[in-house]
Amino acid sequence: MSGSLAVGGPRAAEQAAPGGARLRERRRRRLIGIAVLVVALLVSCVLSVVVGAKTIPLAEVWSGLFAPTGTENDLIIRELRVPRTIVGVLAGAALGLAGALMQGHTRNPIADPGILGITQGAALGVVLAIYTFSVTTLVGFIWFGFAGAMLGALAVFAIGSIGRGGPTPVTLALAGTAISFLLQAITSALVLTDQQTMDTYRFWKVGSIAVTDPSVIPQVLPFVLIGMVLALTNAGGLNALSLGEDVARSLGHRVEWSRRAGIAAIAVLVGSAVAICGPIGFVGLIVPHVARFFTGADYRWLLPFAGLLGAALVLLADVLGRIVARPSEVQVGVMLAMVGAPFFIALVRRRKMVRL
Amino acid sequence: MTQVVESGVAGRRPARLGPFSGVLRWRPLVALLGGLVLLLAVFVLDVGLGEYQISPVEVLQTLVGGGDRAQQIIVLELRLPRALTALLVGAALGLSGAIMQTLARNPLASPDMLGITWGAGTAATTVIVLGGTAGSLAGALADYGLPLVALAGGLLTGIAVYGLAYRRGVDSYRLVLVGVGVSALAGNATYWLLTVGDVNEAGRALVWLTGSLNARGWEHVVPTAIALCALVPLTLIGAHVLGALQFDDDTVRGLGIRTDLTRGVLLLAAVVLASIATAAAGPIQFVALATPQIALRLAHTSRPPLLSSMVFGAALVVGADVISRTAFGSLELPVGIVTAILGAPYLIYLLIRRYREVRA
Repeated sequence: MSGSLAVGGPRAAEQAAPGGARLRERRRRRLIGIAVLVVALLVSCVLSVVVGAKTIPLAEVWSGLFAPTGTENDLIIRELRVPRTIVGVLAGAALGLAGALMQGHTRNPIADPGILGITQGAALGVVLAIYTFSVTTLVGFIWFGFAGAMLGALAVFAIGSIGRGGPTPVTLALAGTAISFLLQAITSALVLTDQQTMDTYRFWKVGSIAVTDPSVIPQVLPFVLIGMVLALTNAGGLNALSLGEDVARSLGHRVEWSRRAGIAAIAVLVGSAVAICGPIGFVGLIVPHVARFFTGADYRWLLPFAGLLGAALVLLADVLGRIVARPSEVQVGVMLAMVGAPFFIALVRRRKMVRL
Repeated sequence: MTQVVESGVAGRRPARLGPFSGVLRWRPLVALLGGLVLLLAVFVLDVGLGEYQISPVEVLQTLVGGGDRAQQIIVLELRLPRALTALLVGAALGLSGAIMQTLARNPLASPDMLGITWGAGTAATTVIVLGGTAGSLAGALADYGLPLVALAGGLLTGIAVYGLAYRRGVDSYRLVLVGVGVSALAGNATYWLLTVGDVNEAGRALVWLTGSLNARGWEHVVPTAIALCALVPLTLIGAHVLGALQFDDDTVRGLGIRTDLTRGVLLLAAVVLASIATAAAGPIQFVALATPQIALRLAHTSRPPLLSSMVFGAALVVGADVISRTAFGSLELPVGIVTAILGAPYLIYLLIRRYREVRA
């Protein structure tokens, strides 16, 4: 923990001679890291458009993108791969950001953004949609999932913030877990009593960014953007909170408001991602830890890092999933765990952890 | 014959009984006794309720060898083994969760979070889905095959987590993170397996994954009981250092405790307990996570009390079994669903109540 968390802006500290050089070095490393991530994200976007179950020559990919003539390959590029890439970027960035916020607000390294009741709320919404209205298309799921996610998050937040001092890390984590399990129990009960629901649900449950209908993207885009702005403006408050609540208060931070904004951002981001893709669990949990290796504990760097990293990771995992089991595909949630978990474990073993 | 000596510390009175001495605190003791009474009550209910009603008095009479022939058959052959399985599984999960939460210094740490139950679940799902008929095999394979596979899966996962987290000792923070990684791996593998098989196998696997006490007989009770009788006393004896292990690692070393050895042994005990419970009844989630937290809040201790966590875990699973067998008519919900529906509101209530106290 050598991160200077001077809340009033670290510039003053940087003028100091011996520490100043180290801080400049760290800043350079962070900037290089961001640049590398942007390049990685662009490369994964290209791969995601080029690579797929069907091999399409590069020239045709190009013409399909910029001079479509309506051939089958053009349709695949425009209707399937490009939307899929966009969804991957949105979902990955949303989950990465939400994970960093979640771990910051609960001060708990294993707090997945899903435990706020969001993922399970969305799952229950989707299952209710299948069970009562026999909805089986993605467009039909989306608003049920989103509504469920919001209600779940609202319930957790209400329970976590009863009493003075608003929600605390421990109450948030425990209330979130309790509500999640409760919702999961109801979902399981519905799924187990109805085979039709079960059959649709088990495929939704794995999580996939292969959208069948590109029209869902503009529907959730505003929510994701609002969530991202909220998340990034939360960085200063999180930096103060990581010094402990009392210190943050005495520095003049409005802890409750910071918490509320953070939870709202998590709910909107994860809710949108789950509504489109189903529960992709792993990203929000792992990405912040990996990002912390490069940025240290400063959330002003950590948040953008986590967002970019999440997007790149989801896309790469999805591309791999298209390759490994040709001609069929392995869903992105599974691939993320298969590829991401070993990498993450190796990282945890190798490095000195930045503690929350 | 306790002889109370006045002490300077409020709320911690020393108690001495012959050569033994300790600290007597009323609140944890009351919580434990209350839990035991609750456990006895739900246990008698679990044995008594069903298609053929038996009154609590008759249940107790039958258990000590009285009752008529029909009651004896129903109680001793059918309901008692199932209720005992519920009790043992709940106790094992409660104890396992209490140890893990203390070791990891994290209220979210539980066998589910550290991948143990998921490892067992992946192994069992593999057998059910890929084994074709293995999941529906009658006789010895269904009775012993699936539990054994689950047990092996849980143990292997536990050993893998510990081995991967080991690097010049095991740091609890690293342990938790590695556990989460392994857990994600096993969990996603399970969900993927569910999409591979056909919908009937997926349904059967899902029932198992939710945790079910359906058709549990003496053949499930005996191995579980033997394992627990051996493990629980050992764990409780080994756990006298748990109080010190809740501090950070440097402090623990400073107190002269061999951190890695004690942590390794206690963690192994917790893993074995959770694996045995999962093998007997499937991965009943939430019990290991919630009951230590509930016990901690009722007993007002600084860390989850072990005995109370066991008793409340057992009471939760047995109580859930009563409801899952009788509340929905002929439809029997898996017990794992009911544990969450029973336990979650109570944990939430305790969270809320504490904040009211703070506010008052």
